[in-house]
Amino acid sequence: MIYFDNNDTTQLHPDILEKMIPFFTEKFGNPASLHNLGLEAESAIDEARLQISGAIGAKPKELIFTSGATESNNLAILGAARARPNKKHLIISSVEHASVLNAAKRLEKDGYRITRLPVDGQGFVNPDSLRDAIDEDAFLVSILIANHEIGVIQDVKTLAEIAHSKGAWFHTDAAQALGKMPFNVEDLGIDLASFNAHKLHGPKGIGAMFVRRKNRPKRLMEGAPQEFDLRPGTENVPAIVGFGLAVEIAVRDLNEVESHIRPLQEKLAQGLAEIDNSMLNGPPPDERLLGNLNITFLYIEGEAILMHLAHRGIGVSSGSACSSKSLVPSEVLTAIGLIHEEAHGAIRFSLSRYNTEAEVDTVIESVKVVVDLLRSMTAFIPEVHSEKKGGTSFYRKR
Amino acid sequence: MAIKYSQKVIQHFTSPQNVGDLKDPDAVSTEGSAACGDMITYSMKINSETRIVEDVMFKSFGCASNIATASVATVLAKGKSIDDIKALKHADLTDALDGLPAVKLHCSVLAIDGLKSAVRQWEVSQGLIENGHVILNKETVHKFLNGVINPHTGENLIEANMIRRILIEEEEEGHVFIEIRITDEEEMFAPNIDEEIREKLEEIPGVRKVLVQFKHKI
Repeated sequence: MIYFDNNDTTQLHPDILEKMIPFFTEKFGNPASLHNLGLEAESAIDEARLQISGAIGAKPKELIFTSGATESNNLAILGAARARPNKKHLIISSVEHASVLNAAKRLEKDGYRITRLPVDGQGFVNPDSLRDAIDEDAFLVSILIANHEIGVIQDVKTLAEIAHSKGAWFHTDAAQALGKMPFNVEDLGIDLASFNAHKLHGPKGIGAMFVRRKNRPKRLMEGAPQEFDLRPGTENVPAIVGFGLAVEIAVRDLNEVESHIRPLQEKLAQGLAEIDNSMLNGPPPDERLLGNLNITFLYIEGEAILMHLAHRGIGVSSGSACSSKSLVPSEVLTAIGLIHEEAHGAIRFSLSRYNTEAEVDTVIESVKVVVDLLRSMTAFIPEVHSEKKGGTSFYRKR
Repeated sequence: MAIKYSQKVIQHFTSPQNVGDLKDPDAVSTEGSAACGDMITYSMKINSETRIVEDVMFKSFGCASNIATASVATVLAKGKSIDDIKALKHADLTDALDGLPAVKLHCSVLAIDGLKSAVRQWEVSQGLIENGHVILNKETVHKFLNGVINPHTGENLIEANMIRRILIEEEEEGHVFIEIRITDEEEMFAPNIDEEIREKLEEIPGVRKVLVQFKHKI
């Protein structure tokens, strides 16, 4: 199978699997135990904490392990609200992951005021819109650094400064960013960040959160005082060990992997741009998240494209994979100004270090065949659309 | 979440039957809209003596199940009398496809509605029935809501007992107000149900604005 769905999840790196296995078998201890097995598990966790905190420029005590970025996002948002009960304003962007959008909705039901910052045609948040929205009542600003659907990378450093100017904490969902671009909490000046392992060839079900020591959210679950009293429960030792190595490898190999993926990403974009009436959603290929492309093929529907490609052994996703069951078009795509019929025809391609140029060639050819096939049977009358839109070009304006 | 299709659905999707437009059709219909991501066009040849559908073809803008349901609908319709087609139910299509996931059942409703509206259009063109004697009242609205599926359960809104109130505004002409009961689990489908209700009710002559309000089941 040709796997072009690496923003969804990735293949486990063989070295990582190998390092994890002993922690399922002979090294099965609980880090909380005081005997040798426990100490062995504890030092394995310490090592992973050091690997990850070191990679992001944080102190080891500023990194806690969670079950994934979804949990980290919930802990950051709901936990910060609990930690700062006198402030009732939350600011997010309109292109966040569902875990941020829905955590915000929960607070909204509890009477909080939520500001959802708009984005431009490529998905960028204008810092001026945050300047207008920020006030002393804001306890947190949460804006994702690298978008899972359209690959837009926000100017988090500037946004964090604006948040701090009125005393708000700044959180970023870095699930897609970690290991795919330079990421340093000090350079960015952020207070909280969410990560996970399975987007960078690590195991599923494990994530982390960076927590600046003076800006601690309140824990959401009660239990024993694991993870500096922020996240109770016995640690998932094998996964944590795998996560640590995944980050170490990703950071170590970043330059090499980038020089492998970036040309493939450009080539794929160029090949697909040759298809008439296709348009790139998000910024140009060289300015976006490594490996990510999102392209609308007008007059046909994404799931049909996806299923035909799957039939040919190619894995991609249609908008956000998580939203495929809800039957409504992706909120991220409508936020950048796509009308519904454009959002329905969007396909996300996402590459990893394991993809090859030959695969890119095959995918370009297969997409051309599938698009032609579906357009030959479409009930959608193009004239109606072009009248409304005044024609289309591959690159969208900001 | 991954959506699982039966082998029959995959077959009809990858090798759809009767794709295209008929030359000189006796009836054509288009149901759904591109904005909803779900649209089917049929063209039909109907023998005016026997009233048998001699040929039917489709075009589609939609997902895999949209294509598969339209394909199987043409197979079922071909050679049938218009009375047989009027008696078809969306369950006939889903049965022929060995089932559809609940969230995709609305595709079979669309595919059947399209067939019926082509037949209806033919009857109008033959002077067999009059067009446009649909009157905007509660009964009509109720009847049209039969065609809206709750994607969570696969039942239509009437079967699912979700309609709390239908109001035809008297002050504002052509304004229809619908109140829907919804559970927490169904909330994710509210925008979809809202869109489907609008789409259906706007087919009724005289409807100018549809207001849908969701009330949580306690």
